[in-house]
Amino acid sequence: MATDVTLPGLGRSGPRAEGIAGLEPGAPAAHYGLQDGVARLDAAESLERGLGWLSVGFGVAAIAAPRALCWLSGLRSPTLMRMMGTRDLAAGVGILTQRDRAPWLWTRVVGDAFDLAALSIVLAGRGRRGRAAFALAAVAGVTALDLLAAARLTGSRAERAVPGGSGRTDIYLERSIAISKSPEECYRFWRSFENLPRFMHSLESVRPLDERRSRWVARGPMAMRLEWTTEIIADRPGEEIEWRTSDDSGAANAGSVSFEAAGGRGTIVRVSLHYSPRGGALGASLVRLLGHDPQSRIREDLRRFKQVMETGEIPTTRGQPTGRRGLLGRFAQRWGLS
Amino acid sequence: MKANVWYGREQLRVEDVPDPKIINPRDAIVRITSTAICGSDLHIYDGYIPGMLPGDILGHEFMGEVVEVGPEVRNLQVGDRVVNPFPISCGACFFCRQSLYSLCENSNPNAWLAEKLWGHSPAGLFGYSHFLGGYAGGQAQYARIPFADVGPIKVPQDLSDEQVLLLSDVFPTGYMAAEQCGIRAGDTVAVWGCGPVGLFAIKSARLLGAERVIAIDRFPARLRKASQWADAETLNYGQVDVREALEVMTGGRGPDACIDAVGMEGHAHGAFGSYDRLRQTLMLQSDRPPALRQALMACRNGGTVSIPGAYGGLVDRIPFGAVVNKALTVKSGQTHVQRYLKPLLELIEKGAIDPGFVVTHRLALADAPRAYRMFRDKQDSCIKVVLKPWADVPTLAADAGGEPERILH
Repeated sequence: MATDVTLPGLGRSGPRAEGIAGLEPGAPAAHYGLQDGVARLDAAESLERGLGWLSVGFGVAAIAAPRALCWLSGLRSPTLMRMMGTRDLAAGVGILTQRDRAPWLWTRVVGDAFDLAALSIVLAGRGRRGRAAFALAAVAGVTALDLLAAARLTGSRAERAVPGGSGRTDIYLERSIAISKSPEECYRFWRSFENLPRFMHSLESVRPLDERRSRWVARGPMAMRLEWTTEIIADRPGEEIEWRTSDDSGAANAGSVSFEAAGGRGTIVRVSLHYSPRGGALGASLVRLLGHDPQSRIREDLRRFKQVMETGEIPTTRGQPTGRRGLLGRFAQRWGLS
Repeated sequence: MKANVWYGREQLRVEDVPDPKIINPRDAIVRITSTAICGSDLHIYDGYIPGMLPGDILGHEFMGEVVEVGPEVRNLQVGDRVVNPFPISCGACFFCRQSLYSLCENSNPNAWLAEKLWGHSPAGLFGYSHFLGGYAGGQAQYARIPFADVGPIKVPQDLSDEQVLLLSDVFPTGYMAAEQCGIRAGDTVAVWGCGPVGLFAIKSARLLGAERVIAIDRFPARLRKASQWADAETLNYGQVDVREALEVMTGGRGPDACIDAVGMEGHAHGAFGSYDRLRQTLMLQSDRPPALRQALMACRNGGTVSIPGAYGGLVDRIPFGAVVNKALTVKSGQTHVQRYLKPLLELIEKGAIDPGFVVTHRLALADAPRAYRMFRDKQDSCIKVVLKPWADVPTLAADAGGEPERILH
């Protein structure tokens, strides 16, 4: 029986993606969406970038003209100045190019501490004290900014539901994939929820309880096992399915999948998922289960869905012969390399 | 079984590994009767292909006898003699349905990795790095073939292994390179590199009706093959200025189509050659593209540059202005081998071409490490090596005797 309940929860597009029904809105949310990353405040972003460029600028200057900078700061050793420059150049490039800037900003903080110590020694000695004092003040100011940026970034990272983090943030995922099968075929396979574990690797089993409800079992690292009951709240055959955890297990996650005909080229399958740690212990565990890169997890799940739909199997190399792998090889394969 | 296993740059060992088994319902296992070393395998040997892991089994050109089929493989039977194409293709996705088999969306289990490198992933390949699936290769006694109902083609018993083996890669690759040139009557086609792919491109250009074919290389033995096999005019770039010569040969207009059958380890004389080598060594560029640069510059206005040569990453100083201002068409891609198997097998059966012509060496699989070095260094005028996985070592190794030819520049 097709139901058509409008859910103030999950949807493909903006207006409906407000949160799971029954959960208080307005809590901090990390948006894993089409931007494939974490939305961050522009101000924080520009401070980090500014520090990155400052770092590069000082680095280049210190490497290219160490004597001039020694004269300016009161330090005596051009070699030391070059080393400082190399360090700052590396940190700056790291901040500007790497996705995870926190370690590079902390590198700067440690470097600042070293510079402050070096300048203090000059200040305590004789001669050039005026310039050293000026340099010390400047470095102290930069140190404060580095510390601010590094601490802020580390704080926000902890909130991004990394394993071991506080996991207090909602996770929204959205991803689509084009499949050379009709919307009806894709719908039919997905609607039999017991098929989901075939391509969703964090699920162990899904067992139907009745027309609308099913029991989901997920497994995680270190024998972690989670169970909950899911209820279908919208079901338009060949078009869309929406589900969420039913009330008795706490509103912890919800999802929807839509199947759009793609103009004679099969179907665009679009999945939205919403996990909330505020639905009790289950929610928090689920968010942890998703790990540090939930976007890639849904991407790979959908890829496997496509493989099953189009080819009837999931291509793999697990179990094929190899030579001796060695440490690196074993590590890479544990890591998920086929 | 015995297999040729990669352990690092210039480190190959033929050793015992477990036999392959059926993993998925559409798999088949073949007992390999002949397998070849591809020029692109040399890029792996030289350490220029990222994503290799110690313990990877090499090889993507092989043929043999079907010894086991999965429950979903209905077109093959145990005992069938087959040649296997090097891309692994599902036959059902958007690209396979358009015969763009090397772009299969489903066959690369490490697609996410390739996406990081190139934006989107092509098909998985046999024995060609974990970027392209990490599948075990065919320089071995047995191989597992995924999607065996799509790839392998049955070959008649009256054709020898050498006549059909090269359908697995280099013949279709050279053919596709020539086909992409859209050759019309009266056209002149210039081909950089007279290794197996270049030779097949030259021969195919002829078959497709090119008026003149110009072969460019620096090894006399290879140039001789090109002129013998396809009546190509030859340019030894060690002796003449190629751009100048092409201008003279084409009335100042340039060839109608240019084929770069060299790829990422191109060789060039003088300062530019050293510059490229240095940058590649320092990992400032992944590929050395002198042939591609020259092809883009030499090609006539509105002409086509076809690139079967393997490139993997970033190249430096590509005269892209020539592409725009001369309105060039650039065509490339891994070969959609499955598309060509049947028509090219027919050409072989009709006697229009004998691919065995390019084979210069027949060795035992156990000789693979030596064969790679010989092929890479062009010792003994080596152009194409066929390995026999079940042969006794001494008998076949003797076949390859003779002193390496002195290489003249």
